Amino acid sequence: MADFLMPALGADMETGQVVQWLVQAGARVKPGDVVAVVETHKGAIDVECFLDGVIGDLAPLNQSLPVGAVLARVAVAGEATAPAFAPAAAPAKPAPVAPPAAAAAVPTRLTGSPATPRRALVSPAARRRAQTLGLLPDALPGTGADGAVTLADVERAASDSPPAVAPPRVKGGGFDAAQMRQAIAAAMGRSKREIPHYYLAETVDFAAAQAWLDDWNRDRPPQDRLLSAVLLLKATALALREVPQLNGFYENGRFRAGDGIHVGWAIALRGGGLVAPAIHHADRKSLPELMLAMRDLVQRARAGGLRSSELTDPTITISSLGDRGAEGVWGVIYPPQVAIVGFGRVLSKPWVVDGQVLPRPMVSASLAADHRASDGHLGGQLLTAIHQALLSPQTL
Amino acid sequence: MNATDIRALAASVLAGIAPEADLASVGEHEDLREALDLDSMDFLNFIIGLSQGSGVNIPESDYPRLFTLKGLVAYLTR
Repeated sequence: MADFLMPALGADMETGQVVQWLVQAGARVKPGDVVAVVETHKGAIDVECFLDGVIGDLAPLNQSLPVGAVLARVAVAGEATAPAFAPAAAPAKPAPVAPPAAAAAVPTRLTGSPATPRRALVSPAARRRAQTLGLLPDALPGTGADGAVTLADVERAASDSPPAVAPPRVKGGGFDAAQMRQAIAAAMGRSKREIPHYYLAETVDFAAAQAWLDDWNRDRPPQDRLLSAVLLLKATALALREVPQLNGFYENGRFRAGDGIHVGWAIALRGGGLVAPAIHHADRKSLPELMLAMRDLVQRARAGGLRSSELTDPTITISSLGDRGAEGVWGVIYPPQVAIVGFGRVLSKPWVVDGQVLPRPMVSASLAADHRASDGHLGGQLLTAIHQALLSPQTL
Repeated sequence: MNATDIRALAASVLAGIAPEADLASVGEHEDLREALDLDSMDFLNFIIGLSQGSGVNIPESDYPRLFTLKGLVAYLTR
């Protein structure tokens, strides 16, 4: 028997509540399956379970539970599962001990993606309103971006259907701007109290990257085009292969390297707030794959439906301000990460090229890093590696 | 598509990107990106929606012509 716990979806989360179970008691779960929707200050998050077995004892819905609380129990595959969730009085018959070979043959899905029911995109506001109205938001037709169910869709459905008996909403606890503000305050306050930041900057010549990007986008339909942000992301991910000391966590007085380059991509939420979910193994993805991942992440960050692993896995954060942003940014590290890379908007500047002053698209890159885990010399190597990668965009 | 169709298309695409935005409050000559706080990704999604809804490819070099309501109506009705 193993406990499935309320995950800590970032350094700034204290409680959450299960608003929906996507599995029933007695269902078989596989590592990585999305089993529940948990409302946090970051919106409704699809929570994955990394246990393998039969799930039961599901925690009640809409109850605020602290991080680490038991949400369910899983009779792990290979253990005696028969009476796992029967009343305690039922005597458990010892299961035949499986030989190692048989244990290895425990059914593990080998093909295809996990058969997770794809939850419809529902904005947190829509989910709350639907709950108040006694509607199932996931079943409603969505008219938002990528078919997301918006508040308007819920209102429309409500006016179309006979008035339902509204179950009383227990307590607020979903995404709300004030709560997210508080969570950001807690995390950033901790960062500035605990982490001795050092800062470095590099002015990056973006001409080659811009030319490559213009060329790529020229003959492609809009949905296949790339944003400059994707090149910045890939260049940073590749640079981190050369400087892995900045990719990971500072915990218990020492640095622990990340198990891959999982870039937390900072996304500003409309109406305030910020979330930086992971793009897993960003260094191994092609530019079009990264573009898709980024679009999908932005969509889900705003409409709800981020996955728990996306909030817990980032090994570094990138804050890219986009083409209407400021010229540069000095980031605040998201603990327990050890670095944050910032990019300002691309802008045309006079620059000396081969002894001549020329107008040139330039971008300001910055690094804020944890001085407990690294020194400026190393940080400089990361910025240099990013710059080098952007000078050869065809290698990205 | 006539100007009315294009305005309706723009409104419906924007409703998906910035659900809280009120397109009626945006002036004809105002930069939509500023008025509705659209970032690079939002604007690309806007272009994708306009392109798919109108059948016009909209090359990247033409983006500046679609920064305002007046501009995009003129561009897509041509």
